[in-house]
Amino acid sequence: MAASEIPRGAGKLGWLSPAIVTGGLAPAVVLVIRAARRDLGANPIAEAMNQLGLLALVLLVLSLAATPLQIATGWKWPIRIRKTLGLLGFFYVCAHFLVYAVLDQSLALGAIAADITKRPFILVGFVAFVLLVPLAATSTAKALKRMGFARWKRLHRLAYVAAILGIVHFVMRVKKDLTEPAIYGALLGGLFLIRIMDVALKRRDKRGSMRG
Amino acid sequence: MARLPPPPPSSEITPEARYLRRREILKSAGLFVGTAAALGTGLVALTGRGRRATVTAEPLPPGLALPTPGPPPAPPGSAAARDPFKTDEPRTPYEDVTTYNNFYELGLDKEDPARNTKTLKPRPWTVVFEGEIKKPQRIDIDTLLKWFPLEERVYRMRCVETWSMVIPWLGFPLGKLIERLEPTSRAKYVAFTTLMDPEQLPFQLTDVLEWPYREGLRLDEAKHPLTMLAAGLYGKSLPGQNGAPLRLVVPWKYGFKGIKSIVRIALVEKEPETSWNMAAPREYGFYANVNPEVAHPRWSQAMERRIGDLDKRPTLMFNGYAEEVAHLYAGMDLRMFY
Repeated sequence: MAASEIPRGAGKLGWLSPAIVTGGLAPAVVLVIRAARRDLGANPIAEAMNQLGLLALVLLVLSLAATPLQIATGWKWPIRIRKTLGLLGFFYVCAHFLVYAVLDQSLALGAIAADITKRPFILVGFVAFVLLVPLAATSTAKALKRMGFARWKRLHRLAYVAAILGIVHFVMRVKKDLTEPAIYGALLGGLFLIRIMDVALKRRDKRGSMRG
Repeated sequence: MARLPPPPPSSEITPEARYLRRREILKSAGLFVGTAAALGTGLVALTGRGRRATVTAEPLPPGLALPTPGPPPAPPGSAAARDPFKTDEPRTPYEDVTTYNNFYELGLDKEDPARNTKTLKPRPWTVVFEGEIKKPQRIDIDTLLKWFPLEERVYRMRCVETWSMVIPWLGFPLGKLIERLEPTSRAKYVAFTTLMDPEQLPFQLTDVLEWPYREGLRLDEAKHPLTMLAAGLYGKSLPGQNGAPLRLVVPWKYGFKGIKSIVRIALVEKEPETSWNMAAPREYGFYANVNPEVAHPRWSQAMERRIGDLDKRPTLMFNGYAEEVAHLYAGMDLRMFY
């Protein structure tokens, strides 16, 4: 049998991306089921918002872990799911924002505008959301081709900014206990450190080879 | 010697590539399921908090009787209909009142206190009265509860986090207790303290707040007939998560003023330090009067969600008790004294 009969893109890791999508959407399904069964506690809207926000942050941090993981291990598979994780994170950011705007604020545009302009906590979260929109919009191969890799890459560095703002938003939300946001902040810091060290090492190698 | 069976016709032989691919597909399917399940379970475990604790209502301590119900409320709209002590708004279900709590000594998530309340032992329990009073003393909680007849009060409770409840409390007016303790002329404020005992309140081992929890009222606020010390709700004993065995209820102030599990009440000359005010003075003032016009730095206070509702409702000045309490703050700038 000719190899061309195997569906395109399947390859050896063809299962990986669909598995990440399935697993990544599972909490959304669980959340919908729990909401329908009135099993989200006394304040279901607040609970849904908290869960969606945390999922968004975790998936964005995971997507930002792909490159450092590849640097550290040499594995190729993390890069294959980077986009999937990022888009899943964006999906939860949108859901989080929609629950806030539609269910929590009943689409009272005046109140939402006042929240965004007057309260740094909401503003920071909103800016993170806005920053992610162009990234999601240019996530296709076609957009990458049209923009050129260098420009595309520069634009997609906004993902770091959005993740940092996400953590700041989390820090500002908790009333007193900073443990949880600190964990995600430390993770993100660790991931940045790997990238910075990688860049520094490459630069040193380059200089070394130039001298030699 | 056995004869070999005839070989199958070549049309029935699976091509090698397809045979190998079948194994590949099975392996991929396994990896797909495993990865999806691992990621899905991990994310659900991270975000989906477990079920609520089941709460069983404990009867009142022996010797305490429910108050006999008064006359039926006047028809709504009539001049006599307004009874600040008994709102006729729908009561928040017992399950919600007892599983959605802020009691950081028993955990930081709303469902934690109900789950962790077993360590808190509300009997035996003593309360100390001291400071600027003529009769300082230490008293057993059951003796204290017999000093005054229990009254049922159905109050709105508005949390600073923009949710609210309607709760039938069981208790007595704090003013009656203060009267009995005979304050000296120097008494200007009342200072309250929660039990300090990490064995009973394990989160006191963390430094989330400065323990023990402290709260305070101005003397006129404390003596206001709406202010009460509660020992029960819904005709039953106060559960640990709601501040057993004795808590403060001040219905026109944000919920955090309602200090739980009180062991000390002192009348003092100066405004006492209060826990949330010490932790974040810009966000939680000493007065903490419910005020839709003064926003919290992180959210508006104009609206609130009554637990059980999907829609929000406008928050009322002094939580709807303005007619009773507004005069206490006449001439004060409530933006400054928030």
